[in-house]
Amino acid sequence: MVHGEVWTIKEFFTYPNEYIYWPITIVMYPYITGLVAGAFVLSSLYHVFGVKQLKDIAKFSLVFSFALLPVAMMPLLLHLTQPFRGIEVMLTPHFTSAIAAFGVVFSTYGMIVASELWFVYRKHFVEKALELKAKQSRSGVEGIFYLIYSLLTLGAYDISEHALEKDEKAVGLLAAIGIPVACFLHGYVGFIFGSVKANALWTTPLMPVIFLCSAVVSGIALCIVTYAAVVSMRNCIYRRKKKDNPSLPDDPTIKPVDIESTRTTVKYLIAFLILAFVLELLDMIFRIYTATKSWDILRVVIFEHDLIKVFVLQYGIGNILPFILLLLPGLTVRRAVIASTCILFGVFMMRWNVVIAGQTFSSSYSGFMEYHMPLAPVNLETLKEGLAGLIAVIVTPFILFFCFNKVMPVFGKPDSH
Amino acid sequence: MINRREFCKKAMVMAGGIALPLSAFQLFDPKSLHAEKNDGNSTRWIFLVDTHKCVGCGFCVKACKSENEVPFETNASRTWVERYVVTLDGHTYIDSPKEARNGFTSTKIDQQHHGLKDVKNEDIAKGFFVPKLCNQCDKPSCVQVCPVGATFRTNDGVVLIDRKWCIGCGYCVQNCPYGARFFHPVHHVAEKCNFCYHRITKGLKTACVDACPFGARKIGNLKDLSDPVTKVIMNDRVGVLKEEYGNKPQVFYLGLSKEVR
Amino acid sequence: MKNHVWRPLYVAICIVVIVLLARTVLVPKDYGTHEQGYMYGTHRKGSIDDWKSMTVKYKGSETCKECHSDRFAEHASGAHAVISCENCHGPRGEHPENPPKLVIDKSRALCIRCHAKLPYPGSPRGSLPGIDPETHNTGLDCVTCHSPHKPQIPGFEDSKPEVKK
Repeated sequence: MVHGEVWTIKEFFTYPNEYIYWPITIVMYPYITGLVAGAFVLSSLYHVFGVKQLKDIAKFSLVFSFALLPVAMMPLLLHLTQPFRGIEVMLTPHFTSAIAAFGVVFSTYGMIVASELWFVYRKHFVEKALELKAKQSRSGVEGIFYLIYSLLTLGAYDISEHALEKDEKAVGLLAAIGIPVACFLHGYVGFIFGSVKANALWTTPLMPVIFLCSAVVSGIALCIVTYAAVVSMRNCIYRRKKKDNPSLPDDPTIKPVDIESTRTTVKYLIAFLILAFVLELLDMIFRIYTATKSWDILRVVIFEHDLIKVFVLQYGIGNILPFILLLLPGLTVRRAVIASTCILFGVFMMRWNVVIAGQTFSSSYSGFMEYHMPLAPVNLETLKEGLAGLIAVIVTPFILFFCFNKVMPVFGKPDSH
Repeated sequence: MINRREFCKKAMVMAGGIALPLSAFQLFDPKSLHAEKNDGNSTRWIFLVDTHKCVGCGFCVKACKSENEVPFETNASRTWVERYVVTLDGHTYIDSPKEARNGFTSTKIDQQHHGLKDVKNEDIAKGFFVPKLCNQCDKPSCVQVCPVGATFRTNDGVVLIDRKWCIGCGYCVQNCPYGARFFHPVHHVAEKCNFCYHRITKGLKTACVDACPFGARKIGNLKDLSDPVTKVIMNDRVGVLKEEYGNKPQVFYLGLSKEVR
Repeated sequence: MKNHVWRPLYVAICIVVIVLLARTVLVPKDYGTHEQGYMYGTHRKGSIDDWKSMTVKYKGSETCKECHSDRFAEHASGAHAVISCENCHGPRGEHPENPPKLVIDKSRALCIRCHAKLPYPGSPRGSLPGIDPETHNTGLDCVTCHSPHKPQIPGFEDSKPEVKK
């Protein structure tokens, strides 16, 4: 079978070689990259612009952004028909291709986030390393942790007041550099699609900007949801422990979800939501108004085949409903979380409606293709690019976050940056 | 303080100083001048399709598949033939059942998911066949977008794919306006027509040209002015597909119609 | 170390150096930008030879003449002269060494590629001798009555239109 044949249904006339070549994995790629960029921008709001209310969520979103980072690469690797050659993008990048910049931009961004994290957690690393070093007998696990922490200090054990001040400056600087790089990272993902001249739906110079705005929206929304979920989970665990063992001392880091911080975050969320929505609308109005050759078939795709996906799921549930929920007075954490979940879903639908819908019409403009995501893996192709691959991509960031949180605790140490 | 005259003087000297090497670079580069006039190659492979001669037998597709080791049952092909049936009421029906590897043997039009559409002979205004293959573009967008340099244009103008270097991202497939590319079911890398590069470089014609009984397909060398194909392209009125994409396709068509996609 | 602030930068530089070293090992020597310039000519040079070394399977009708001169002459005098031998006999390959015998396609499916009647105005297909495969002597192979090399049945020559070359 040809690659793509298993999940493609063709209608009327399509070129024989046309299939849906970019399936669900490529929907996840801009989605996850968007979450990375958005989460980072949110954390930078605190570090660069000094939005004090975001202090708690800033640290969280930074670590979460780092956990999402390797996952952004995952759907791409899963998608390649030759995954073991993926490294060639780093070895022999061909820079006339929009994809070739991936290696450079992605690693630059990764290094910035990693460095920023290092400065934020350096004090913690040093303290832990020294603490474990001082221990007379280390257990196996402690031995491993000692090794990790000593490596992470990079040999810099100076945690004097003066040194920490320098750290703080470095964090501010890195966060400032990080914002344009994060924006570039995602804007360029939009460019990958926007520059495909052979695809009538994708090719628009607005694509990078649209992708960027919706990326920030989704990133902030994910941080609100995950932050609230993690805080409540910690509270819940603590309460259960306290019930079993009432003599447990009070933990100062256990506090309810900070509504002030959530409200401030929501303000930025709404701003970017409006921007993203307006730009998408502009794109559509422009297409309707100019009605070039491709509009005949795009109209059928948008207003007939994908009517529900575009107007109900993406704009309705993903944009308008959360917009109303967030603007109603007396915002509670629960409502913010529900609205954010809707937004996350809406942005996913937006990615779907770009990536998949862009491939559901033939470039002969005389026929259509329909995508059916393979659920049960019957061969390697459907395993990698079907439901199994999708679940792997969704689950991995949370596993990574759990691991990172063991080394770089997101909660506690109320006095650190 | 700098006065106005001095400022103007200095500015002019500086502008001149910057412009001089730049202009020299532009004017006295014999290499680029030569490249523009003549790229130094004696061969530029081109293709001529005469739709007036095609009967839709599909022998070209059959020969292509076995010559280029694409399994016959693969639902994709390096070359294919399309049928256009225009009815008296202005409808255009297009199909290419199984890339026409078995030819067109029925009046029924393959609407794929919607089954077969029977168009009555008396309702047909015109019907014709259009063979398609890779256009070996002068400005191939598929090559431009390959992130690893696994596809390229040779000096004689054919676009090749490096099967040992292709990572299989599918970006080239997405960027081809002609739908010429697909994934090889055995090698799992991008695949497309390369004018039977192993044949034309040995002085043979492509497998499809040899298989065509009616001379609807011809391959030629644009640099050779005595080549009959070149003469047709020079002297006759030929068209190309989807010029608006700016790829400068090098497969030329006689008898194109507005219905052809 | 004077200033610890630069340490992440050193790590980053180390990573870049490792990638550059890996490049020299993993990238083939003939990979690079060749005559066609950066955009269209960046590739592994050996790939051109890879394609050139592919085996030629269809050798062309002219190569059949030497051994099968009688059959060749018969075919050349008939209405099917325009059809290459290998269209029905299959690709010659290294015949007679390999394969020693070619498998001839005598199926109806092969003949109706051209001879299923499709009377389209504006297409040469309509002027080919055509039948309706659903009704014309169904169940019988075409070669039962028609010789593939000289398909016109004696006595019926005039009733069939000429095949245009």
